[in-house]
Amino acid sequence: MTITADTLTASPVSAPRHGRRRITPMKTVQFLLLLAFACAVLIPLYVVLVTSFKGGADVSAATAWDLPHIFSTEGWSSAITRLAPALGRSLVLAISAAVLSSILGSLNGYVFAKWKFPGADIVFTAFLFGMFIPYQAVMIPLQKMLLEIQTHGFAWIDGIPKLILVHTIYGIPICTLIFRNYYATAVPTEILEAARVDGAGMLRVYWSIVLPVSIPGFVVTLIWQFTSAWNDFLFALFLTSPRNGPVTYALQELAGGQNPDYPSIMAGVLVASLPTLLVYIALGRYFISGLMSGSVK
Amino acid sequence: MRRLRTWGPGLLLVSPSIILVGIFVYGLIGLNVQTSLAETRDRITNRITNPGGVANYLNLLGDDRYQHALWNLLVLTVVFMVGTMLFGLLWAVLLERGVTGEGAFRSIYLFPMAISFVAAGVAWRWLLSPAQGPDQAIGLNQLFLKLGMPWLQSSWWSSDSSFNMAAMAIPAIWQLSGYIMALFLAGFRGISDDQREAARVDGASEWQLYRYVLFPQVSPVALSALIILGHMSMKMFDLIYSIAGANSYTAEVPATFMWIQLFPQSNPTGAAANATVILAIVAIVVIPYLIYTNHTEKDGRA
Repeated sequence: MTITADTLTASPVSAPRHGRRRITPMKTVQFLLLLAFACAVLIPLYVVLVTSFKGGADVSAATAWDLPHIFSTEGWSSAITRLAPALGRSLVLAISAAVLSSILGSLNGYVFAKWKFPGADIVFTAFLFGMFIPYQAVMIPLQKMLLEIQTHGFAWIDGIPKLILVHTIYGIPICTLIFRNYYATAVPTEILEAARVDGAGMLRVYWSIVLPVSIPGFVVTLIWQFTSAWNDFLFALFLTSPRNGPVTYALQELAGGQNPDYPSIMAGVLVASLPTLLVYIALGRYFISGLMSGSVK
Repeated sequence: MRRLRTWGPGLLLVSPSIILVGIFVYGLIGLNVQTSLAETRDRITNRITNPGGVANYLNLLGDDRYQHALWNLLVLTVVFMVGTMLFGLLWAVLLERGVTGEGAFRSIYLFPMAISFVAAGVAWRWLLSPAQGPDQAIGLNQLFLKLGMPWLQSSWWSSDSSFNMAAMAIPAIWQLSGYIMALFLAGFRGISDDQREAARVDGASEWQLYRYVLFPQVSPVALSALIILGHMSMKMFDLIYSIAGANSYTAEVPATFMWIQLFPQSNPTGAAANATVILAIVAIVVIPYLIYTNHTEKDGRA
């Protein structure tokens, strides 16, 4: 599943029309099946939405599936108050990590696609494996190493800066892959050759020829990295605390209490998911492109 | 010297990333393996807690709790992979034939993918509540009662059955089926309409069209999908932690057991061995796949 200029400009899953056909019984069955599945997929969203708007007295087990009798935003305001600091931290984390690994990915992708050095393919494959590793396999020494760095003059590498570092580094493989595949098709080698003959150096070529056409690649890697840094919980749990961690950690804390306050928990679910959902709704096409590149080739 | 000038700058430009990936991926994996082989003693009693070397791995593999976690992982992985592939393929087939509201269906099926496992887990924890009966049931069990289908009630992942983890696969299937659908849909859309027309002209039935023309051409997609799902399942942590809590033995898999070993049990050596085994399982599947795709890519170019 290669990310090429084509897949980025045309939605990879948009329909080429197979010609208009008549409405047949077969079509109706097909539509009803799709509708039934769509309802099933939306069940959790329904519960979360409905519960989030219930008032304290309205929450009883017996009416859990009913619409709220009294419409209340208590849950939302309590969830926002409790999650706000972590939301801000997650925003800083996700944006920084996305920008940093996209820049590195773009430079690497450029070299791996157009400026190969001996052994570049082996190095690239070694990068790709980094994309698949279970992070558990690096977690224990990682935790130790970051603690060492922190206690030896870099006290500020804690909480969010720590996670920015980690997400940037582990985001390098996928961003490199996306850009390499993108540049391989989007930038004709002839143009680069011509610029080289004219005496332009590698960085000059990158800056004036490659970077200006990189926007679609950047959109895909930025979205991908933003989403994965935002949604991460594993690194957050092992490397930060609820006090300085991202929103996934804060949500987990909010939901883990002894006396569950369901309206605010469910509102919290939505609040914590809203940024990635908005990205998905606004830029779904690019979101899908990023997903596709997760399948390597 | 001339050659160096042509590829030298490229290497220089990638070198920060090579160093970072080298240290943070390969260096740390090495340190993790080293940790897993250590000999450790109890600080107070001086009793040996980990004998050191390969024996650490043998101890882990022989541990009942670890075997239980492995069994859970197997059940989870099989149900998750089969379920996700099935729904993904079914939705893709239904959608690729063209239908009213196609874009809306696609967006709905894919939206769970944009949500974190933690957020989804919080919702599913409630949906999969084990309580049953008219006075007790909440979540899906209550929905089944309301729909007049009390026999569908279940204790889900909390049940005593050794196949309880099949229920834990439900939220995972919910999250990832849309992704697999998108992969298959892109695969189907990559096949030219001429082939369908040709098959129809030759008198092929719809079933034959899929069986002999379309499915064989999306089999590389199916392989990619299986690899992705398989390796996700091996390291699945967030969802289980979020649904079952930090200390659930019933829903334990190696990835969550590793957390238990590291924190409540303060046994980094055992945790490191556990993590190495997870890595090895993933590597056995992924490395041949990477080599295979590398080859097919080269063949395609030739």
